[in-house]
Amino acid sequence: MKSAVIVFPGSNREPDAARAIRLAGGDDPVMVWHTDTELPPVDLVMIPGGFAHGDYLRAGAIAARSPIMRAVADYAARGGYVLGVCNGFQVLTEARLLPGALMRNACLTFVCRKIRLKVENTNAFTRDYERGAVVTYPCAHHDGNYRADDETIARLEGEGRVALRYVDNPNGSANDIAGIVNETGNVLGMMPHPENAVEPLLGSTDGLPLFTGMVASVASGDSPELPRRPLLDRLIHRNVSPGA
Amino acid sequence: MKARVTITLKPGVLDPQGKAIEGALTSLGFSGVNQARQGKVIDLDLAATDESAAREEVGRMCEALLANTVVERYDIAILS
Repeated sequence: MKSAVIVFPGSNREPDAARAIRLAGGDDPVMVWHTDTELPPVDLVMIPGGFAHGDYLRAGAIAARSPIMRAVADYAARGGYVLGVCNGFQVLTEARLLPGALMRNACLTFVCRKIRLKVENTNAFTRDYERGAVVTYPCAHHDGNYRADDETIARLEGEGRVALRYVDNPNGSANDIAGIVNETGNVLGMMPHPENAVEPLLGSTDGLPLFTGMVASVASGDSPELPRRPLLDRLIHRNVSPGA
Repeated sequence: MKARVTITLKPGVLDPQGKAIEGALTSLGFSGVNQARQGKVIDLDLAATDESAAREEVGRMCEALLANTVVERYDIAILS
């Protein structure tokens, strides 16, 4: 599986992202600088954690307007897989590839510890987990408080787009949301760090199935899939709740 | 021409920093504070000389970058 990891000034998890992809059986990722305007031909784009552009103004805001993000948006619109972790999740919401916003943690402190997550729905990214499984990933963030308007939250829940949920919410996120996918299921954003839970030496291997799942999805050539629901049901739901 | 953009959280959006400020004021003995909300001010020095053009330009800047309109709203004032 060929992949690209986007690097912004202030990204710091790109080596971890690359290592996790390699451990899951992917090729060595291509590092793509934020000023580039095109992506290489890849099966997956990962936006790693860190503090892109120092998080000045808002977390992920300046990164989301960088030249490469236009190419990432086009790639996602064509159905390409995109994974954003931590700062990458913030960048994806600021770029409007995912709904909502990530605000200052309700506790106001930087949260850096292992946390437990429930795999709420299995999709193209979480297919190698049992639905309902509880996994442990590290998290390290100051702005992980997921917020969206009530209609958006209801739509995410109704369409099975909450991929991961906190068992013990560390940041005040609405509905304990830790990770969501976009409407077409090919873009996943999440605050905790699966790439830092891929080897026994790191204290947990719970993150590895996320990467093997993505590799398997790419290998299968399937289009990204949302949790299995009757198609008609999904269409009706979308008609009832239109919008971004 | 100088413009001032004031960015605040939309009503109803949780403001943990505002809550902390509110708590600190109360603990200092200021009893009349029902609520504190915090935001940010961005002052811009613009080449534009026409007020309405400047206001429109700053509005585009707010929509493009300065405010996250998912959770924030903005107010533009032309200062001089």
